[in-house]
Amino acid sequence: MRDVVTGTPGVLEVSGLSIARDGKVLLDVPHLCLDGPGPTLILGPNGAGKSLLLRCLHGLIQPDRGRVCQNGVVLNAGHKARQAMVFQSPVLLRRSVAANLDFVLKRQSMPRALRKRRIEALLAEGGLDGKARQPARSLSGGEAQRLAILRALALDPETLFLDEPTSALDPSATQMIERMVLRASTRGVRIVMVTHDIGQARRLASDIVMMQAGYVVEHGAARRVLETPESDDSRRYLAGGLVT
Amino acid sequence: MLIWWYIVQGFAAEFNQALSLILNGDAELWAIVLLSLRVSIFAVLISAVIGMPIGAALAVARFPGRRVMIILVNALMGFPPVVVGLLVYLMLSRSGPLGVLELLYTPTAMIIAQVVLVTPIMAALTRQVVEMLAEEYSEQLRSLGVSRLASVPVLLWDARLALVTALLAGFGRAIAEVGAVIIVGGNINHVTRVMTTTIALETSKGNLALALALGVILIGLAVVVNAMVSTLTLRAEREGLRHA
Ligand SMILES: Nc1ncnc2c1ncn2[C@@H]1O[C@H](COP(=O)(O)OP(=O)(O)O)[C@@H](O)[C@H]1O
Ligand SMILES: [Mg+2]
Repeated sequence: MRDVVTGTPGVLEVSGLSIARDGKVLLDVPHLCLDGPGPTLILGPNGAGKSLLLRCLHGLIQPDRGRVCQNGVVLNAGHKARQAMVFQSPVLLRRSVAANLDFVLKRQSMPRALRKRRIEALLAEGGLDGKARQPARSLSGGEAQRLAILRALALDPETLFLDEPTSALDPSATQMIERMVLRASTRGVRIVMVTHDIGQARRLASDIVMMQAGYVVEHGAARRVLETPESDDSRRYLAGGLVT
Repeated sequence: MLIWWYIVQGFAAEFNQALSLILNGDAELWAIVLLSLRVSIFAVLISAVIGMPIGAALAVARFPGRRVMIILVNALMGFPPVVVGLLVYLMLSRSGPLGVLELLYTPTAMIIAQVVLVTPIMAALTRQVVEMLAEEYSEQLRSLGVSRLASVPVLLWDARLALVTALLAGFGRAIAEVGAVIIVGGNINHVTRVMTTTIALETSKGNLALALALGVILIGLAVVVNAMVSTLTLRAEREGLRHA
């Protein structure tokens, strides 16, 4: 369980994780433990397997081998974790903004009065007050992504995955989302977020996972990885060079 | 337009008569209109109840023979109505398997024929819309912990505008249909005379006034149905409910 009082996020640990397709290794992560105090940012070139890793951690893809533990509990089909995921382009239901949130609250059998209050609080958190009745699909890109994050938070997750949530957004929309992510992190939600934006990693990360061709080439405290990367791949990626 | 003018000139007397039939609320005329509406509305509703679950199942469920069933449903959609009429006639005629029910030449027989014609349309359109939506939603819904079965009502609700459009398209097809209905209904005065069959019969008898009056009403209905479809499509676009 995550510690609500101190707001310390729980621990997410993978071991022996591997996926291969047609003889090609897509993902090979012998061991990775995410137990830092703040957000983990995953960086790496296109096709490095960042999305694949996120999907494995979230249980959307079954790996060929390996297991994922959240707070020491092995996650599998029988044991559903309290996790949520925000995708690169938000998939919103064709309903009002409020109904998108109500959808997940209802599934937790929350009584109506409570749901109403929770929706109001969430909308305020995402700066969407006054948009409750607007069709969700008519929101702007930034608003839509904020709603997607709110809907994920409505699940009250222990771990929140975000796959390049700001890659299609302008700086001010990006900033709003980064603030939401940091607030969630402070409340004790473990954040695991993929980004292509090194500046974003600098702003948010407490630790950084560098990926390359299906492998984790480096994992460490954000400052250390950004300033003195140990692997050649990380160095080249951070220098903006082409990684082959 | 010019052609219309010539027709109106040439049959001015008949046109005046037709208009007076409509405006004076001719009992025979309106009985025919009401029966048409009753038969087609019933048929479309029954078709929806049968066809939509079939369409949704074909879109979401994975079972052997699914592809074959999809091809079959699509093929049924293009079935010639006259042949459908003939088959229903054979089923319902005295020596047919359902002959004991004595349904031939009743409104019920016409409803059955229209249900056979419209159900494949409902199933095919439903499958198309729900499958597209399922593709878009599937990962997000799984991430939110919604099972495949539980996703069906979500998909149907979010496809609601497209499904209403399908309903209207089915009604348009049913109300304008002649071939099947004339075979199983028989166009019996005061019993099974609907708009299309009456137009066919009265025109051949030279009673153009009644045929014209019904033609005007039928066109009016088509315009109303099309206007409703356009309105729904516009609204769908505005609220971002489109599926493609
Ligand atoms: N379901 C899958 N089946 C086969 N290959 C896949 C699948 N999903 C992703 N891949 C491959 O895995 C590699 C990593 O993809 P991805 O995780 O999306 O990269 P990124 O780091 O850009 O997010 C790519 O080469 C991709 O083609
Ligand atoms: Mg990716």
